[in-house]
Amino acid sequence: MLGLDKKDTTLLIVVAVLALFAPFLLNPFPTESALAQFNAGYPDLMQRFVIFGIFAIGFNILFGLTGYLSFGHAAFLGVGSYAAVWMFKLLGYNVVPGIILSVIVAGVFALLIGFISLRRSGIYFSILTLAFAQMSFAMAYSVLTPITNGETGLQVYSSDNPLFQTATDPNVPHLFGLVMRESYTMKVGAWSFSFNNGYYLCAILMLVAFYISIRIFRSPFGLMLRAVKSNQQRMNYTGLSARPYTLAAFVISGMYAGLAGGLLASMDPLAGAERMQWTASGEVVLMTILGGAGTLIGPVLGAGFIKYFENIFSKINESTLHGWFSWLPDPIEDPLVWLLEHFIGGGWALTLGTLFMLVVIFLPGGLVEGGQRIGRLISGKSRGTEDETGKPAATSHPAE
Amino acid sequence: MGILEVKNVNKRFGGLQALGNVNLSVAENTVHAIIGPNGAGKSTLLNVLVGKLIPDTGSVMFDGKSVLGRAPYEINQMGISRVFQTPEIFGDLTVMENMMIPCFAKRDGAFELNPLASVGKQTDIVERAEQMLIDMKMIDKRHMHAASMSRGDKRRLEIGMCLSQQPRLLLLDEPTAGMARADTNNTIDLLKQIKAERDITIAIIEHDMHVVFSLAERITVLAQGTPLVEDTPDKIKGHPKVREAYLGESA
Repeated sequence: MLGLDKKDTTLLIVVAVLALFAPFLLNPFPTESALAQFNAGYPDLMQRFVIFGIFAIGFNILFGLTGYLSFGHAAFLGVGSYAAVWMFKLLGYNVVPGIILSVIVAGVFALLIGFISLRRSGIYFSILTLAFAQMSFAMAYSVLTPITNGETGLQVYSSDNPLFQTATDPNVPHLFGLVMRESYTMKVGAWSFSFNNGYYLCAILMLVAFYISIRIFRSPFGLMLRAVKSNQQRMNYTGLSARPYTLAAFVISGMYAGLAGGLLASMDPLAGAERMQWTASGEVVLMTILGGAGTLIGPVLGAGFIKYFENIFSKINESTLHGWFSWLPDPIEDPLVWLLEHFIGGGWALTLGTLFMLVVIFLPGGLVEGGQRIGRLISGKSRGTEDETGKPAATSHPAE
Repeated sequence: MGILEVKNVNKRFGGLQALGNVNLSVAENTVHAIIGPNGAGKSTLLNVLVGKLIPDTGSVMFDGKSVLGRAPYEINQMGISRVFQTPEIFGDLTVMENMMIPCFAKRDGAFELNPLASVGKQTDIVERAEQMLIDMKMIDKRHMHAASMSRGDKRRLEIGMCLSQQPRLLLLDEPTAGMARADTNNTIDLLKQIKAERDITIAIIEHDMHVVFSLAERITVLAQGTPLVEDTPDKIKGHPKVREAYLGESA
């Protein structure tokens, strides 16, 4: 189907079904129950899942295939956001021009940065991209205030007077009248599920992005990108020029980041410089590695994993912990709560760091490798059969 | 006029004259060996031929066109393929993928943006790569991870990858270095077979005299960056200058 083989088609369908039914799947606990704090089925978080999924899918095309580790991809996300908000200011609140322009602007910006940064490889490439992203951040914060509105952040003012905004149009981002922030809430017994317009727009675009990424992985172009990672020397002596390939991968992944940025702005018409900061660039690196770099589904899993735990852990506070451990005697409860409270709320980064270390040490292939190991345990296949075919699953079967 | 003409090439690294007035002519459809003791400049000469080094003076013409100042990938596209001393293959990829990459390079050139095409549907490339694997007697290993193969198989694959581009000149840099005797003999047989079946010029840089005298039709002896003699293997064997260069004056 759609030019994919059976396995890839299955993967795409599974992801599509998960995305479609996410409002149900992410809200397994009744609204009033104590476990409701672990629900993730609210619009804002679901939008983040798919938007950062797009960001990570694009990043994986560069990092997973060519091995070039960019530490500045948040710059393209930020540029995409600014482009989208400018479209709202100039043309009106319909998100279509904003999303299209965010992809184009991020692509042009990536071409410029990639052209210079790709003169070097390895650590020097990473540092160059990091430098460019921090420059972009600093400029957005100060020098470029007329364009970016500095530290206040770019937003639409009532004095803007967009070109195509009529009195009847909604005064918030919309898709031909369909307001992004509106949701339909379905109540079933004690459960409540919300279906958000913005989420479904993002989810559809994520599926398109995912589909294109599968096609790239399976194309001769994708094969060449893997060749770049494997042996550039052999590549040069095989009549292939590595630089245009890496540059193309860089621009494509920059456009993915721009799309993610445009969608962030479409969900909430704001764009701030902090979106370009290096922590944001580092986050997408973590997502990709945590999920499984070089695999198709890994980055999406990684993005979902990080965004979910970020939200859940940030919400837990000291009194929640006391509630959980109240059955323990006080001399044990207090030190335990004291210890754990460093890992929750604002200290969530500590949890993320610990999880990341555990994954990198015990599951170098990321969550995808974890899934494969569990799958192997269940199906009872011994490792021996895997070795006979001479195909270590992690590298030669990126789709698994 | 040979297919490869090296004229008056000089290359100096600081105080070291690595190549001094090298003249070399490789005739089409021959096997030409370049031998010489350690430090004779063999590798420097090879790096000049493939575009990795640019000589200080002189000219290198391949098929009437200068190769100087061109990037390695451009020189490869002109029809020169290189086999490395340690096999350079795409270790993370399967044997079949390894073989398809040079086929794509031959068909599509140095860069082709086709992110939405499907590798499996490029039937011409798949067929060509499979045929080459059959020729190399490696078709049963097609799904193997290239890095997990033995050294001899890696060498075989690398030679196959070079041949799949139908090069006019195949450059071999000590192709049997570090190999066991059996693997060395297999490689010699493979190269003999390649020569018998194809119109191809082979230039080989080698240390192992057994390999050189089994394969070469012409031999150039390089010593201290300068060609001493160029002749047929029979004449080279007994040449006093060659013995001197290899064994020292007293011999």
